[in-house]
Amino acid sequence: MTQPNHSACLKIISPGTLSLLQDAGRFGMTALGLTQGGPLDGHSFAWANALVGNPLHSTVIEHSIGGLIVQATAGCTVAVTGAVLPLRLNGKAVACWQAISLKAGDELELGYMTQGLRAYLAVSGGFAVALQFGSSATVMREGVGGLHQDGSKLVAGDQIPLAGQATLPALSTPDPQVQQFSLPPLASAAALTKAEQKQAGASTVLSLRLLEGYQHHLFSTVERARFYLNPYQVSTHCDRMGYKLSGSAISCSSRALLSEGISLGAVQIPPDGQPIVLLNDRQTLGGYPKIGTVLSLDCWRLAQTPPGSLVQFSPLDSYQVHNALALYRARFSPAAKAAHPQHAATQEPL
Amino acid sequence: MAITPPQLRLELAGENAFILYLEPQQISPATAAAVQYYCSLLTPLLGQHLTELLPSYASVLVQFNPLTHSHLSLQPLLNQVLQAKAAAAGQLVQQSSKIVELPVWYSAQSGADLLSVAKAKNLTPDEVIQLHSSQSYQVYAIGFAPGFAYLGELPAELAMPRLSSPRAKVPAGAVAIADRQTAVYPAASPGGWHLLGLCPIRMFNPQQQPAMPVAVGDQVRFIPVSEREFQLLGGAL
Repeated sequence: MTQPNHSACLKIISPGTLSLLQDAGRFGMTALGLTQGGPLDGHSFAWANALVGNPLHSTVIEHSIGGLIVQATAGCTVAVTGAVLPLRLNGKAVACWQAISLKAGDELELGYMTQGLRAYLAVSGGFAVALQFGSSATVMREGVGGLHQDGSKLVAGDQIPLAGQATLPALSTPDPQVQQFSLPPLASAAALTKAEQKQAGASTVLSLRLLEGYQHHLFSTVERARFYLNPYQVSTHCDRMGYKLSGSAISCSSRALLSEGISLGAVQIPPDGQPIVLLNDRQTLGGYPKIGTVLSLDCWRLAQTPPGSLVQFSPLDSYQVHNALALYRARFSPAAKAAHPQHAATQEPL
Repeated sequence: MAITPPQLRLELAGENAFILYLEPQQISPATAAAVQYYCSLLTPLLGQHLTELLPSYASVLVQFNPLTHSHLSLQPLLNQVLQAKAAAAGQLVQQSSKIVELPVWYSAQSGADLLSVAKAKNLTPDEVIQLHSSQSYQVYAIGFAPGFAYLGELPAELAMPRLSSPRAKVPAGAVAIADRQTAVYPAASPGGWHLLGLCPIRMFNPQQQPAMPVAVGDQVRFIPVSEREFQLLGGAL
C-alpha cells in the first residue's frame, strides 16, 4: 500500500437508509463473544473490490435500501455492485458493476433499489479505517468497528479517508450472469404475466440449499418433509442478525439444549416452530435447536430478499456442497477471474 | 483428579464447520476440562486453516478455511486424531486454570433484586451475599454479547428462574443470577437475570489488551466490597 493521503476522503452527504463500513468480517474473536460481521452479500462485496483493483477483502460501504450520496474530496475510482439501483454521477445516470472515475467535488448518488436490498461501494486503494479486533466490520449491536471504532453507522458529514492507490490490476465488468448471481428472484415476478414469467424462465421462489447438521436428528422424517416441501415467507423481522421466516411450523423433539457455537446460515427453530436463518451479525452462542445451515451463496441471496418474498429449503449433502462451492469459485468468483496471483491467494471471501 | 472421558460426536455445522459434541451434554467441571483439552488439540492440528474455535459448555465449534479444506478432506483426519487421543483424555487432569477475583458491591441499592431473591429463597440478604461469594465459579462459555461470561454452578439454594419479563435496561457491571448460573453484564443491555450487585471491573474493554479479564476455563471468585471500595475501584452507580 502507498502512504495514505489524509486529505483525500469520501464524504457522506446522505447515508440513505443504512450505510455501514464492512470488510470481509471479524474472524477468530468469537471467544470474546464478538460476532463475524462483514458483508451480507459476499459476492457483490468481492466484485466491488475486484472492479477497482483492491484485494478482495478490503473495506467497502455496504448500503441497504437506497439513498446514499457521497462526494469525493479528491480524484478516485469507485465501483458500485449488488442490488439493481439507479446510479447517478452529478445527476447523470452511470452504470453499476464498472469502475467510475470521480474528480474532486463529484457527487455519486445511489437511488432506491428495484431488485435486491444491498449494494456495495468500493474505492480504489480502499478506505483507511483503523481495525478493531482485526477488522473494520461495523457491528452496531456490539458497538465495535466502523469509522470511529464504536459500531456506529455512517452519518451525514462523515469523512472516510482514502488509503491510496490500488495495488492490483482492476477487473473489467463481468457478464450479466455474474452481476445477477446474488440477486433474489424479482419481487415483482408474481405480477408478471404468464408469458413474461415463462420468458424470464425464473421461479419466484428463492431456493435455500441447506446442509443438515447440528440437531438435525431431533427432527422427525415428517417434520423434515414439512420443512422441505413448504415455501416460507420472509417476515419483516429481518436484519443483519438474521431472517425470521413464516410458514408451516416445525416441531422438534428437543429438550432444552446447552448453548453452543452458531455458524453462518444456521437455521434455528425456536419454540414457535418458525425458522430463523442466522446471518453475519448473529449471536455467537445459542440454545435453540438447529436443523442445518444454508449455503453461504444462498445466504447472500437471502440477504438481498425483501420481506414478503417466498423461499424454499432443499437439502444438500457434503458432496453437493463441495461441488456448489467449487462451481461458484470457478465460474462466478472474482478470485477466479483475476490474472494477478495475489488475487488468487486472497483467503476471503469465497 | 482423573476424569472419565466424555463420548465424542462430530456433526456438520455448515459448509466450513464441524461441531464436536461431548456426551453426555451436561454442565460440569469435567466436561469443561475436556472441552479445553480438545481445543488445545485442535489448534495445532488445523493451524492456520482454522478460522474459529468456539468452545461452549459441552461443545466446540470448529470453523476451517473453505478454500483449503472441505468436510471431505477434514472429517477422516479429525475422526482419526480425536479417537486416538480420546484415550489420553481419560488420564487428563484438570488443568490448573487462572483464578480471577472480581469485587462486587452487593446491596439493595446496587442490586435491584437482592431483597426479592432473599425473600423468595427464605434467606437474609447477607446469607444471599455469603452464598454467592463463598465459592469459585467456572467460566463455561462466553457469548450473548461481547464479554458476557457464563459462570457456574450457582449454589442450588440461590437458583431462581429468569424474570418473567426481562428488564429493558440492566446496567453495565451488574452481577446477576439465573437458574444455576451467574454473570457480570459487560455493558448496559436488556436482561432477564436477577441483579445482586455491581462489579467495578469492566468485563469487556476494546481499548485494553486482553479485552476481557477472564477466558473460558478460568475460575472466578466474587469478593464483597463496600460502596466506598467500589467507587475507589472505579465503579459508578
